Amino acid sequence: MVPYKVSYHKANSVAEAIELLNKYEDECKIIAGGHSLVPMMKLRLAEPENLIDISGIEELSGITETENFIIIGACATHADIGRSDIIKKHAPMLEQATNKVGDVQVRNFGTIGGNIAHADPAADWPTLLLAANAKIIIQNAEGTREVDADDFFQGLFSTDMEENELITAIYIPKSAANRNSVYRKFPQPASRFALVGCAAAIEVRNGKVANARVAFAGVSATPFRDSGIEKALEGRNFNAESIEAATSNVANGVSVMQDHFANEKYRRHLAGVFAKKALTDLA
Amino acid sequence: MTLIGTSVKRVEDKRFITGKGRYTDDIVLPQMTFAYFVRSPYAHANIKSVDISSASEMDGVVKIYTGKDIAESGINGVPCGWQVDFKNGDTMKEPPHPLLVADKVRHAGDAVAVVIAETYAQAKDAAESVMVDYEVLPAVVNAKAATQEGAPLVHEDAPNNLCFDWELGNPKAEVDAAIEGSHHVTTLDFINQRVIPNAIEPRSAIGHFEGHNDRYTLYTTSQNPHLTRLLMCAFVLGIPEHKVRVVSPDVGGGFGSKIFHYIEEALVTWASKQIGRPIKWTAERSESFVTDAHGRDHVTKAEMGFDKDGKITALRVKTYANLGAYLSTFAPAVPTWLHGTLLQGLYTTPLIHIDLEAVFTHTTAVDAYRGAGRPEATYLLERLLDTAALEMGTDPAELRLKNFIQPFDGVTQEGYQTQVALQYDSGNYHEVLHKALKMVGYEDFRAEQKAARENGKLLGIGFSTYIEACGIAPSAVVGSLGARAGLYESAQVRVQPTGKVSVFTGAHSHGQGHETTFAQVVADKFGIPLEDVEIVHGDSESVAFGMGTYGSRSLAVGGSAIVKSIEKVLEKGAKIAAHKLECSAEDLEYAGGKWTVKGTDKSISFGDISLTAYVPHDYPTGVEPGLDFSSFYDPTNFTYPFGAHIAIVEVDKDTGKVTLKRFIAVDDVGNVINPMIVDGQIHGGVAQGIGQALFEGTIYDESGQLLNASYMDYVMPRADDLPNFEVDRTVTPCPHNPLGVKGAGEAGCIGATPAVVNAVMDALTPYGIHDIEMPVTSQKVWNVINGN
Amino acid sequence: MQVEVSLTVNGKLYKQNVEPRMLLVQFLRDELRLTGTHIGCDTSSCGACTVLLDGKALKSCTMLAVQANGKSVKTIEGMAENGALHPLQEGFHQEHGLQCGFCTPGMIMTAADLLSHNPSPNEHEIREALEGNFCRCTGYHNIVKSVQYAANKMQAS
Repeated sequence: MVPYKVSYHKANSVAEAIELLNKYEDECKIIAGGHSLVPMMKLRLAEPENLIDISGIEELSGITETENFIIIGACATHADIGRSDIIKKHAPMLEQATNKVGDVQVRNFGTIGGNIAHADPAADWPTLLLAANAKIIIQNAEGTREVDADDFFQGLFSTDMEENELITAIYIPKSAANRNSVYRKFPQPASRFALVGCAAAIEVRNGKVANARVAFAGVSATPFRDSGIEKALEGRNFNAESIEAATSNVANGVSVMQDHFANEKYRRHLAGVFAKKALTDLA
Repeated sequence: MTLIGTSVKRVEDKRFITGKGRYTDDIVLPQMTFAYFVRSPYAHANIKSVDISSASEMDGVVKIYTGKDIAESGINGVPCGWQVDFKNGDTMKEPPHPLLVADKVRHAGDAVAVVIAETYAQAKDAAESVMVDYEVLPAVVNAKAATQEGAPLVHEDAPNNLCFDWELGNPKAEVDAAIEGSHHVTTLDFINQRVIPNAIEPRSAIGHFEGHNDRYTLYTTSQNPHLTRLLMCAFVLGIPEHKVRVVSPDVGGGFGSKIFHYIEEALVTWASKQIGRPIKWTAERSESFVTDAHGRDHVTKAEMGFDKDGKITALRVKTYANLGAYLSTFAPAVPTWLHGTLLQGLYTTPLIHIDLEAVFTHTTAVDAYRGAGRPEATYLLERLLDTAALEMGTDPAELRLKNFIQPFDGVTQEGYQTQVALQYDSGNYHEVLHKALKMVGYEDFRAEQKAARENGKLLGIGFSTYIEACGIAPSAVVGSLGARAGLYESAQVRVQPTGKVSVFTGAHSHGQGHETTFAQVVADKFGIPLEDVEIVHGDSESVAFGMGTYGSRSLAVGGSAIVKSIEKVLEKGAKIAAHKLECSAEDLEYAGGKWTVKGTDKSISFGDISLTAYVPHDYPTGVEPGLDFSSFYDPTNFTYPFGAHIAIVEVDKDTGKVTLKRFIAVDDVGNVINPMIVDGQIHGGVAQGIGQALFEGTIYDESGQLLNASYMDYVMPRADDLPNFEVDRTVTPCPHNPLGVKGAGEAGCIGATPAVVNAVMDALTPYGIHDIEMPVTSQKVWNVINGN
Repeated sequence: MQVEVSLTVNGKLYKQNVEPRMLLVQFLRDELRLTGTHIGCDTSSCGACTVLLDGKALKSCTMLAVQANGKSVKTIEGMAENGALHPLQEGFHQEHGLQCGFCTPGMIMTAADLLSHNPSPNEHEIREALEGNFCRCTGYHNIVKSVQYAANKMQAS
């Protein structure tokens, strides 16, 4: 219930944060809301020697929009996202998710940047960003780079980020699919993380599915899009029949996690149930 | 105004809602140090060495003790307070439970060393640098498996890991014959799983030795500070009891887990003298998970015979009770005298036999948890009843009504003698079930259920009609059953000169609302305002003695002791009043806060008499000054609350998720002093009972690791998991205590669990199964639905 | 390493030097001796440590004190104003929403957050809002009623 000794550095700008990252290299961690990191530190599962606090950097907060994207600052809290009219209009699944992440207290202070950097396989955001075709904006001393969500999540607690990098923002496309999107979740009953979560964004054009992105949380060590479902839907009419067919064999070829709440068979089954629920909501 | 029977708002609330409660961890003493325990990560291992050299050098470290230090200091382990003998008369196996182990660890969490430092953080930092070299050994966690040949031994001197074996009831041969000869036999093989009490306040203890007067003070999160003092002084540390003060300040829930005397309490008390400074220890939650005594954990086979009319012919039970690695304070009593004795239930079963083996395993100790033995007995009976109804094609409510003991008030009709030692005091079992059936709208529900099934929806209803034995109990009886302590309660009623009243009770309150309920009794009996009464509890310095709060005994036993003292005050007061009013005491009556000469308007008030008692200028000869009486009340019997609980659940076929739609509880706890508080006790008990049915349960792996030792994995009911509860009551007074009360603390927890599981089973009837393991998780239900 | 933390707690400004690893809950309890905020777990699960940080419910065990630097904290000790109980405090008393009292401060602070943006929540909304707070005594039944009591009272005034 008390972390290891740690030094604390407040960064007042992104440049300063990057400078500190380069100074301390693998002996530091970024902290924003701290709602993924502090619990790990309390249990001494994480023992950074230095913390770089980016929570006060104004440019990392807030939710804005351009013609083609919603821009979510890395330090936007779950609650900020839930309250955003821009989100509500362009990506309803993100708004729905904000009522399902953690609890009220966590939503008030946990940030989206911290959540995805932590890359817990049962967390909600990674899956939502996959379904949303989001771009993660990462900054380092050389400049910024964009990484597609598809490439960002690489495994259990593992991402495409280098030690000296910082997530600054997440870009959510203002797409027809994201406007028709949903998140359905079956929580692990104790932690309330996703035992299974399914995010789906479906563009229907002229009665046919033009673009489908369906992703899962909690199912595998890495959040993933289910190409089987997506391919089965694309080009088809979007109705009960096509949904049934598309969700008959979810997570095909994916290595499914097991724990005492759900073995592989049950988890796979739940993934199918929640995919069907999600898609049915949209059809 | 009569205060008894009124929902008076609680007087203790103010400090809690304003953040001014004073829990043990809130207390800070000058020069205080902090203790952090080094605990074994293994369930079973030899300790090859403990190296404290680098830890001792760390910042802030004051002292480190290891098991070797404790052994060399001649300190005994914590004792067991209840002895149960083997069937053959041999004494139970009672291995020592040292404050720190020196040679071998026997469960994950066993304490190996303790670091005392200037700050909590420093103690924790240094504890991580204590190097313990373990030789890991194979472990056994399941009680039945532990008794098998070749199982790893927890204690070398307990062959087959048997602490004791035990039986109760009618001759086994008669029961066997009746079962064989029954028209129908329902059999269940099941596990009543281990659960963790999980009071939200973690355990905490502060030891404080003051050399100038050779006095020790222990602040501790205890449900019974006096018993802790007695056990610690007499059995563990060998220090004089009159030099030791034990204080239980506000305690954040107990549910049984804070009854017992724990090693940490004795350790900080002892070590405080060694280092000459106060020492605080507060458990981290992950520590609580592996060191607070757990509850339940029975492996049971139960068979119930019926005749062709559906009357129960016999009950035969074989149980393996898991006691964990060490004997906790009351552990032997729980599966025996608090479990076997309840197997009569509410039914006229003529023949009953239980055979039990109490077993050591490489797990955390198991002891009383809300209900303690009675939930296990009730679960067994009530699951059998609903299963039998299903198998025989009868209605579960009717099957119960057919087998209930007829009503008896215990006054004009005798108490009911069971086949398993107890004599019930009073009961009307038909009435609670009828009332519950009416509340639930039973016939309408069955129609709704049928319609739902036709639409592919799974609804279920489950029953549980329970009895419990509370208010424990006559000391002579429990003594004959192996208790090493009496089970009375003390109360001192001190009327101050100004007529204000201080009441000192041995029954500690940690959520039960004694400060209100007891004050209601006192204010009502004296006819004075509630505000004029203060209830003092939890401090061995101010309260004469106490046996503590558990087993729903506080009001039935502690409240009765208060009534005895009230009667003594009134009797003496009458003598003084008679002197003042120049009449004889027999001519007086007491009502409305004054003594009145019968048939006249001559009277004298309570306050005038109390002042006279302390300023005895005009005073009867032969009467001592003062108005202050102590009493000890030792009941003549247990009390026997009972009730009927009904659960309605819906099962989601797709996910297997069980949703509790309604919960109806009709309880009879005897007379009720404060209905609001009694309802609150029922709500809380029901929630914990539901918790065991649907959510809670430890998961140990083969090596003895508790896999769900945090709130991230151990599921407890949260606000959005539960519905509002529908509670009501009947009142069948207890015939043998002055308040006619029976006890309400455990009722909800005893009744609820089988009702919920029965409801799930009812919902799953189309799938043709007869049992499902608790907790009834989504995965288990889904497996049933899919024939896995 | 020590860092200076400057915090307004219940309207009063405090400046202390603390270790950066100190949790906000430890700062409140150990440095300021505001012990109404409790610690019930080590996994940010139980909610007993909930306070309001700049008006929003926070599990104070999940934030370092230094992270809260410059911010404003309200604890249970700051809920009553000028001797008058907050409607939530009153509600918990009137509806018997507490037994042992240990979870109560956290419950009240979380409920305060709820009522600040949803002045008349229904039962379902109250239960969802309190999902991050364990109570082991009450079965939540009377806690729900307590919050409803407060909502009604605040609506009426």
